[in-house]
Amino acid sequence: MSQTAAQRFLQDAAVKSADLMHREVIQRGMDSYDAAHLKGRARIKDWEAARQKCQEIKREAINHLDRYLLQFEEKVIARGGHVFWAANSEEACTYVKNLATRLGVRTVVKSKSMVTEEIHLSPALEKAGIKVWETDLGEFIVQLREEPPYHIVTPAMHLNRGQIAKLFREKLDPKIDSEDPVDLMAAARRVLRQAFFAAEMGISGANFLVADAGVIAISTNEGNGRLCTSVPRIHVVVTGIEKVIPRLEDLAVLWPVLATSGTGQGITTYGTLIGGPRLSGEVDGPEEFHVVLVDNGRSQLLADAEQREVLHCIRCGACLNICPVFRHVGGHTYGTTYPGPIGSVLTPHLNSIKEFKHLSYASSLCGACTSVCPVKIDLHHHLLQNRRNATEAGATKSSERLMFRAWRHAMLHPRIYAVGGWSMRKALRIVYGLGLAGSILDPMRVWNRYRSPVPLPSESFRARWRKDRAAN
Amino acid sequence: MKGKVSLFVPCFVDQLLPEVAVDTVKVLRRIGCAVEFPEDQTCCGQPAFNTGYWNDARPCAEHFVRVFKHADVVVCPSGSCVTMIRTFYPELLAASSLREDAIALASRTFEFSEFLVKVAAVTQVGATFPHAVTYHASCHGLRELHLRDQPLQLLRQVNGLTLIEMARCEECCGFGGTFAAKFSDISAAMGNSKAESVAATGAEFVTAIDPSCLLHLQGILGKRQAPTRTIHLASILAQESPQKSRAQEQL
Repeated sequence: MSQTAAQRFLQDAAVKSADLMHREVIQRGMDSYDAAHLKGRARIKDWEAARQKCQEIKREAINHLDRYLLQFEEKVIARGGHVFWAANSEEACTYVKNLATRLGVRTVVKSKSMVTEEIHLSPALEKAGIKVWETDLGEFIVQLREEPPYHIVTPAMHLNRGQIAKLFREKLDPKIDSEDPVDLMAAARRVLRQAFFAAEMGISGANFLVADAGVIAISTNEGNGRLCTSVPRIHVVVTGIEKVIPRLEDLAVLWPVLATSGTGQGITTYGTLIGGPRLSGEVDGPEEFHVVLVDNGRSQLLADAEQREVLHCIRCGACLNICPVFRHVGGHTYGTTYPGPIGSVLTPHLNSIKEFKHLSYASSLCGACTSVCPVKIDLHHHLLQNRRNATEAGATKSSERLMFRAWRHAMLHPRIYAVGGWSMRKALRIVYGLGLAGSILDPMRVWNRYRSPVPLPSESFRARWRKDRAAN
Repeated sequence: MKGKVSLFVPCFVDQLLPEVAVDTVKVLRRIGCAVEFPEDQTCCGQPAFNTGYWNDARPCAEHFVRVFKHADVVVCPSGSCVTMIRTFYPELLAASSLREDAIALASRTFEFSEFLVKVAAVTQVGATFPHAVTYHASCHGLRELHLRDQPLQLLRQVNGLTLIEMARCEECCGFGGTFAAKFSDISAAMGNSKAESVAATGAEFVTAIDPSCLLHLQGILGKRQAPTRTIHLASILAQESPQKSRAQEQL
C-alpha cells in the first residue's frame, strides 16, 4: 500500500526534527531574516497601520474579484495582450504547452513563480520536449537538485555554500573550486546568460495584477525577472486570480510591505510593471504577451465566507519564517507547494481536506504566523476551522471520535470527571510504580518517549479544597 | 477588600498541578480577595475544540457558562483557558442560547497576572523568591490576550528575584495540546529547542503564566536531566519568605 500524505509527513517530520545540522542551517538563516525583518519594520513609520492598509486593499480586491479581474483583462487585451482563464492546472498547462508548440518554442526561461510550481508547469513543458530553465538563483539550484523549492521566497535556504559548490561542480563545471558566493553566482550566470538569449519564451509569475492600469507588477532582486520578460519573443505570465489589486497607487504600500515581510528590504532591487507586448515604435519587449489566470480551487475558497481572506496572501513567506514547526521540520517535509502556516491553511482547499487535514493539526496554534502576516490573515484560527471541517466531514479516526464523546460526557458530569481523574492518576501511579513507564501498558507512552512522566499528585485541587472547607 | 473572585482551575491543573491553584488562591487572598471555587466546574472545552470536535466542545462550554454565569469576576491561572473563553466562546457558541451570557462572562474573566495588574492594580504582592528566574512568554497569553508586560511587572517586584531574559522567549515551547501527542516528534523538538534557550540563561527556574507550557517543559527538562526547574508565576508570587515551604501551606 502506498503511503498517504499524512504518513509521509509524520515520517519526514521525525527525521528532520531530529536532524541537528538541518536545524542549525535553518536557525542561522532565520536569525538573519529576523534581524533584517525587524530592521525593515522599524523603517516603516507605522507598521500596524501599513498592515491594516494592506488588509483593506486586499479585502476590497477579493470582495470584488470579478470586477477587478475583468478590468485588468480589458486593459491587457486593449494593449494587444492575451488573457486566458484557466479553471485548473491542466487547463493552464495545456494552454502554455500548446502556445509553445504552436510558436515553435524549444527553450523556456522562467523567473520565480510559485503558481507554476502549484500547477506543475515545468514537467508538463518538458514532457512536450521543451527545455525549461529556472533563472532565479535559488530556483536554479533546486532545479539542478531535482527537488521542489524549500521555501516560497528563498527556495534553496536549506543549503550551504559548500553544498551548492559541490552541486555546481557536478552539474555545471567540474573546474569550479571556490565556495565563494560571488564565484558561484558567476558560474550560474555564465550558464543562464546563454539560456536567456536562446529562449523563445519567458515565463514569469506576478506579485500583483493592477486592475486600473492593466499591468502586472513583479518584485525581484536578481534582474533575471526583467531578462525573462523582455528578451524572449514571447512572455507568458502565469498567476493566481487572487493577485489582483484595484489601483496602481496601492503598490505604494504593498510593495514595501511585501519586501519588508519577505526579506527585510525597504523595497526589492527591481520593481517591474508590464502591460502588454512591444508596441510599434518601442525598441524592445516581447512580440506576444499572454496572461494565464489560474483558478485551481481559488473560487471555491472565495465562496467560503469564513476563510475567504486566505486569498489575501501576498506570498511573502513571513509566516513560514516565524513558524516554530517550519523551523523544525523544514519546507520539504510538508510535501506541498506552499509549506508553512499558509500552506497548511490553503492546501486542504486547493487539494482535499481528507488528504491534507493533517497539516492543519501539525501546529501548536501558537499564533506567531498571524502576528506577522502583513495582510493580517487570521492563519491559526483558520487552522482550527480546517480541523473542525475535517471532523465534521467524518475524516477523523473513529477511536478519536469515541474518545471525545466519552470526554464530553465526563466534562458534563463533575462527579464522573472527578472520579475519572482520580482513577487515571491512580492507574498511572501503579503502572509507573511497576517500572512500566513508556511500555505498551502506559497510556502516556507517546508523551513519555521524549518527556519525563507528568506529576501525579495523590489529591486533586478540588479534593484539597473540599477537605480544607470541611476542616474550617 | 478587592472583592469576590471565582476561581477557575483548568482541568489539568486540578488533576496534575494542584499546587498552582493553591498558590493562586494564596496570592488572591493576600491581596484581599475573597476566593470561591464553584465545584461543578470541569473543563473549558479547549481540548475538543482544538482537535476539531466543536460539537463536543460546545456543551462543555455551555456547562462552563452556566457554572460561572453569576460570578462577579473569574480568575484563572492559565492564559490558554482564558483565551478559550474570551476568544473562542463567541465563535463556538454562535448559535447557542448562552452566547450573550458567554460574551458577558468573557469580559469578566481574567488570566491571573492580568487580573492582578489590570484589574486589582497590584504589582507588589509581597513575595520573596531569592532565585535566578527566566520567563517564557506563553503563546496564548502573549498573542491572544496581549499579556506581554504584566507577568514581568509582577516578577520585577519579587524580593530577591533575579530575572534573566531568554533568547527567543516568545517562541512556542511545542506543547499545543493534542499536538504534543499527534506530532510528538515535532513537539519534542520544539521543546528541546526551548530547553536549550532556558539552559543558556543559567537560570534556576523557568516560569510562565501557562501551566500547560510548564507541564511540557517540566517533562522535556526532566528527560534531559536539566537542572532548571519549572514554576508557575503564581507559585513564585505565593512565596513569602525562603524559609516557608510551599507544601506546608494551607488553602
